[in-house]
Amino acid sequence: MNDQTSKTSKEHFEPVHTNKVGGSPFTGVTGWIDNRLPIIRMFRHEYLDFQVPKSLSYFWSFGGILTICLVLLIVTGISLGMHYKPDANQAFDSVEKIMRDVNFGWLIRYAHMNLASFFFIAVYLHIFRGLYYGSYKEPRELMWLLGIVIFFLMMATAFLGYTLPWGQMSYWGATVITNLFSAVPLVGDFIVTWLWGDYAVGDAALNRFYVLHWLIAFLIVGVVVFHVIALHIVGSNNPSGIEPKDTRDTVSFSPFTTSKDLLAMLVFLLIFVAVMMYAPNYLGHPDNYIPANPMVTPAHIVPEWYFLPFYAILRSIPDKLMGVIAMVSSIAVLGLLPWLDFSKVRSSVFRPIWKQCIFLFVLDFFVLMYIGGAPAEGIYLVIARIGTAFCFAFFFILAPLVSIIEKPLPMPTSIHEFEEWKKQGKIKTIKLFNK
Amino acid sequence: MKSSLFKSSYLFIILFLFSFSNISFSKETNVELLKPSWSFDGFFGKFDRASLQRGYQVYKEVCASCHSMKQLSYRNLGEQGGPEFTEAEVKAIASQYEVLDGPNAEGEMFTRKGKPSDKFKSPYLNENASRAANGGAYPPDMSVLVKARPGGSDYIYSLLMGYEEKVPDNIKLEDGVYYNKYMPGNKIRMAKPLSEGSVSYTDGTKATQEQLSKDVVAFLTWAAEPHLEARKKLGFKSVVYLLILTILVYFVKKKIWLRVEPKV
Repeated sequence: MNDQTSKTSKEHFEPVHTNKVGGSPFTGVTGWIDNRLPIIRMFRHEYLDFQVPKSLSYFWSFGGILTICLVLLIVTGISLGMHYKPDANQAFDSVEKIMRDVNFGWLIRYAHMNLASFFFIAVYLHIFRGLYYGSYKEPRELMWLLGIVIFFLMMATAFLGYTLPWGQMSYWGATVITNLFSAVPLVGDFIVTWLWGDYAVGDAALNRFYVLHWLIAFLIVGVVVFHVIALHIVGSNNPSGIEPKDTRDTVSFSPFTTSKDLLAMLVFLLIFVAVMMYAPNYLGHPDNYIPANPMVTPAHIVPEWYFLPFYAILRSIPDKLMGVIAMVSSIAVLGLLPWLDFSKVRSSVFRPIWKQCIFLFVLDFFVLMYIGGAPAEGIYLVIARIGTAFCFAFFFILAPLVSIIEKPLPMPTSIHEFEEWKKQGKIKTIKLFNK
Repeated sequence: MKSSLFKSSYLFIILFLFSFSNISFSKETNVELLKPSWSFDGFFGKFDRASLQRGYQVYKEVCASCHSMKQLSYRNLGEQGGPEFTEAEVKAIASQYEVLDGPNAEGEMFTRKGKPSDKFKSPYLNENASRAANGGAYPPDMSVLVKARPGGSDYIYSLLMGYEEKVPDNIKLEDGVYYNKYMPGNKIRMAKPLSEGSVSYTDGTKATQEQLSKDVVAFLTWAAEPHLEARKKLGFKSVVYLLILTILVYFVKKKIWLRVEPKV
């Protein structure tokens, strides 16, 4: 306040520039647009000249692959939305109508259905990449956290989307999952009724599931934008975990990363198209071709394959509320990892013990996935409990403990030296995704 | 050596889990299904038109007395990739049915002859009527039945072939319940629907139980997946296209990266 008055008394005014037109490196029409709306400059800066570490493996292509998946999901989703009817009496038939009478409706619907699965395949590989190479560590914590937000939103969208065909698994899956909220103390039942908009899963629920499926899909787009902005500030991590220092360590995004990512996308697309065209229902459940029937409970209510590990955690705990808390925190705990693992070394290439821990964690993921599809009884329940315990032990015990006791292997000082070492066979990397 | 042992056992465990992931966990369905060779299997799978036409006849004369097919219209029978009846044949088939229509200008409901655009006529007015007529069991709608059962076409075929006279001692059948080797729980309320000669084919094909079952399952598979042929055709084209494109992009990528990684 004082400062302000003293300034005005000396009759000194800070110049302002509300008109920032100009500064474009382009000329002509491009320059005219770019001077007024600098997106062309930004695009060149962020996607053409942008420097990325030279040592990136194909594990770094999944970000681009996920973007393509998201775009395709939205395009096919909008097309489906033009024919689908969110009505308990018409939903199943409207999907069948899409499959039978809409031109290429079968293609659009199978694409949307299978893309959801492939989106999760890509996201799991993407998360694994982050875990293995320590991409969650300083300064990428916020990007990691945004990623976890995206993952939660993805799960919500996928669940809501699965309810829409209104088959048996849609209906009973919705019933089981929404009923989880009844575990909330005191107000649980009230919340469930409020979620349903009725006293049971039915027309009102289906209608809002449809709206929310759309809403959250676009929320994902929003958070992805933040995720990518953050990426362009902190830069890509790389298999060495060492920050690039000079031009020997980097390549420009285009044409190097673009050509590489394009190849990865095509391979991914090839596998996706083969599955979609030749085994479109392989990843789905046959029961979802039976119209929803509140009077008949399926023998085994199972979620989609990508939820099975979390479903196993949920069922491994006898108390409903604790089960829900365990399931949600098994994902949320990923967000604490940047602080639970305080090793200064990012890449597992140089962390012999942590590397084994991560492989055990991945194994645990598959074991829980298998258990999630099995009935919750006998030996399965025992394994599920061990798996759940390991999952939390990984984060709360192994991560800090290994950070303390582990002695990292000798490290190169730069990315180009890392590449030299790799050529000499001094270090081992995951070969599958190397170039 | 030690690490490769660790690695291979690690991969083995994961593959082991996956190899079992398709097994249904319900205890009753551990019987191996019959797996006849289907013309619609494989990369270039196609339906056998004659078989689909015979299959429709089986459906019409046997199944349709209890099972509806609500998602299909008579016009579908003439569409490409299906039984491909001629337009006249489709019209003739549709006109065999009396369809309730209306209300007319006087506000009265009336019946008329079926048109190709009509949906398949259901044997019962509603589910309750259907249950009442079938001892409480509801014969499921057959439109997507093949996709709604684990094992799909093989399962339906096995079920049709799985009626056995000799009932194992540990299974007690109530009234109106039959033994079937492939039905989960081995008990089924549907009496054996097909046996030799239950339909008389007009094209000279011998109507054995196997033949009848194969034809009707082919028909049901088409009904559940009417665009199967188009899908496989387009699938082959797109896989080949992507494969070529991927190979080309591979070389492009390699050439571009030579700029930063010259061959030593």
